[in-house]
Amino acid sequence: MSVLVYTESEKGKFKKVAFEVASYAKAVADQMGTTVTAIAVNADDVSELGAYGVDKVLKVNDSKLDMFNAKTYANVIKQAAEKEGTKVVVVSQSADSKYLAPILAVNLDAGYASNVVEAPTSASPFTVKRTAFTNKAFNYTTIDTEVKVVGVSNNSFGLVENSASATSEEYSPNIPENGVHVESVDKASNKVSIADAEIVVSGGRGLKGPENWGMIEDLAEVLGAATACSKPVSDLGWRPHGEHVGQTGKPVASNLYIAIGISGAIQHLAGINASKVKVVINIDPEAPFFKAADYGVVGDAFDIVPKLTEKLKEFKAQNA
Amino acid sequence: MKILVCISHVPDTTSKINFTDDNTKFDTNGVQFVINPNDEFGLTRAMWFKEKQGASVDVVNVGGPETEPTLRKALAIGADGAIRVNTPATDGYAVAKQLANVFKDGGYDLVIAGRESIDYNGAMVPGMLAELIGANFVTNCISLEVDGNNVKAVREIDGGKETVSTTLPLVIGGQKGLVEESDLRIPNMRGIMMARQKPLNVVEAVEATKETSTVKFEKPAPKGAVKLISPDNLDELVSLLHNEAKVI
Repeated sequence: MSVLVYTESEKGKFKKVAFEVASYAKAVADQMGTTVTAIAVNADDVSELGAYGVDKVLKVNDSKLDMFNAKTYANVIKQAAEKEGTKVVVVSQSADSKYLAPILAVNLDAGYASNVVEAPTSASPFTVKRTAFTNKAFNYTTIDTEVKVVGVSNNSFGLVENSASATSEEYSPNIPENGVHVESVDKASNKVSIADAEIVVSGGRGLKGPENWGMIEDLAEVLGAATACSKPVSDLGWRPHGEHVGQTGKPVASNLYIAIGISGAIQHLAGINASKVKVVINIDPEAPFFKAADYGVVGDAFDIVPKLTEKLKEFKAQNA
Repeated sequence: MKILVCISHVPDTTSKINFTDDNTKFDTNGVQFVINPNDEFGLTRAMWFKEKQGASVDVVNVGGPETEPTLRKALAIGADGAIRVNTPATDGYAVAKQLANVFKDGGYDLVIAGRESIDYNGAMVPGMLAELIGANFVTNCISLEVDGNNVKAVREIDGGKETVSTTLPLVIGGQKGLVEESDLRIPNMRGIMMARQKPLNVVEAVEATKETSTVKFEKPAPKGAVKLISPDNLDELVSLLHNEAKVI
């Protein structure tokens, strides 16, 4: 009966979203009067999950699961859900979990609600609040099936500490072969990804050319932020496509989003408006981004950004 | 190769989002509908397969008669035929069920859908459809090559990309990268004229139970005005981010 949560890890370490979905699962379990079971794949130390309310961890360790594969992972989670008699499965909305969740839902005959941003407003009927219309509205949805899959938006519910000590058991599900084979993964290991970043520093056409990105990278470095860009910048080939954020690019839901030389076209705002705090630096006081931002500086980015980086360095030094 | 491209009929990005009937229905009044951008990248890639590899391309939508202009636009861009499953799109699962039936009836090899629609952003239908029809599935797809039965695809992942090999039958969740923005086609007059002659088959829905229901919509609370900080006083910005916003 327990709530099952899939806690993602990378190279043996839990991602931050793992703790967030665990916190969410605990809130659901409390509403339903049950416990939380986590399923962890090839994670080294699962005891950390206890701090976020997980009662039991199913530890799956198998080299066949070293590469993420949506269908295989969905099947493994399905087996765990059936073993535990789970009625609610919680996953994150990382690229991987968004990939596997619809497959899992069909396998479990479960209704699936994605982009969920709050704990269920009611356990019966099971009702969740989701974003819709690219964050321009919320949609309250009931999941009407007996088994339910809930996809929790990253950085929406937050981390809730609930110190308990999680027990763990080795779990060896069947690991089926399937028809999609990962040939190679191309991932910058030394950079914070946009999906995982708490702070994102983003540059637009106002920066005039790719040679001017040094100051964006410097600012990102002092903040431990990921770098991103607007659509024209990626279309012009100034920056790689993987950095394009906006409606047709990557979504951003960071704590802080700093937009530099980005006017704020509606398609751009649609992709980033799930971020909690937005700062805009733009020379044009009429730029539409100022209407969507929390803090704004009107002025020349070439002057402001290096100065801001210095100020932040001083701040970090004082608060280290 | 027979390709089925799923076309979602969505409000243009610039549309004002409002609701009617006590916030239970999307207000379509004055809203311009378009082909879902993620689907349009896929449709354009399908045109490439048609022109270079002799594929046939059908487009499909699950929805009422109001979606037909969007399907006609896809025909004007170059699809060979269109299918409309005559039932409202209630939830992701019910739509996937209808599409699974179209897939089986049509004997398709490849389904190209968008990674998500820009209205409900569910990212559900392509994966559910793949699982219902027992096809392989690759989402966030930014490159797709088909050689006979063999497929090479690249998908975007958090922080990078990954290359996968797979086989038909296959469902793709497509996005920008499948083709570039500059490759997108605006229907020309000849295309529009030809689209009128092309078949748009309306098929009746099969039985499919929805698994989720929308109870109501809500708009976010209005945002406060921006706080402007002088470029000569960036200490204040640092202080606000630390003490007020608490994000650094």
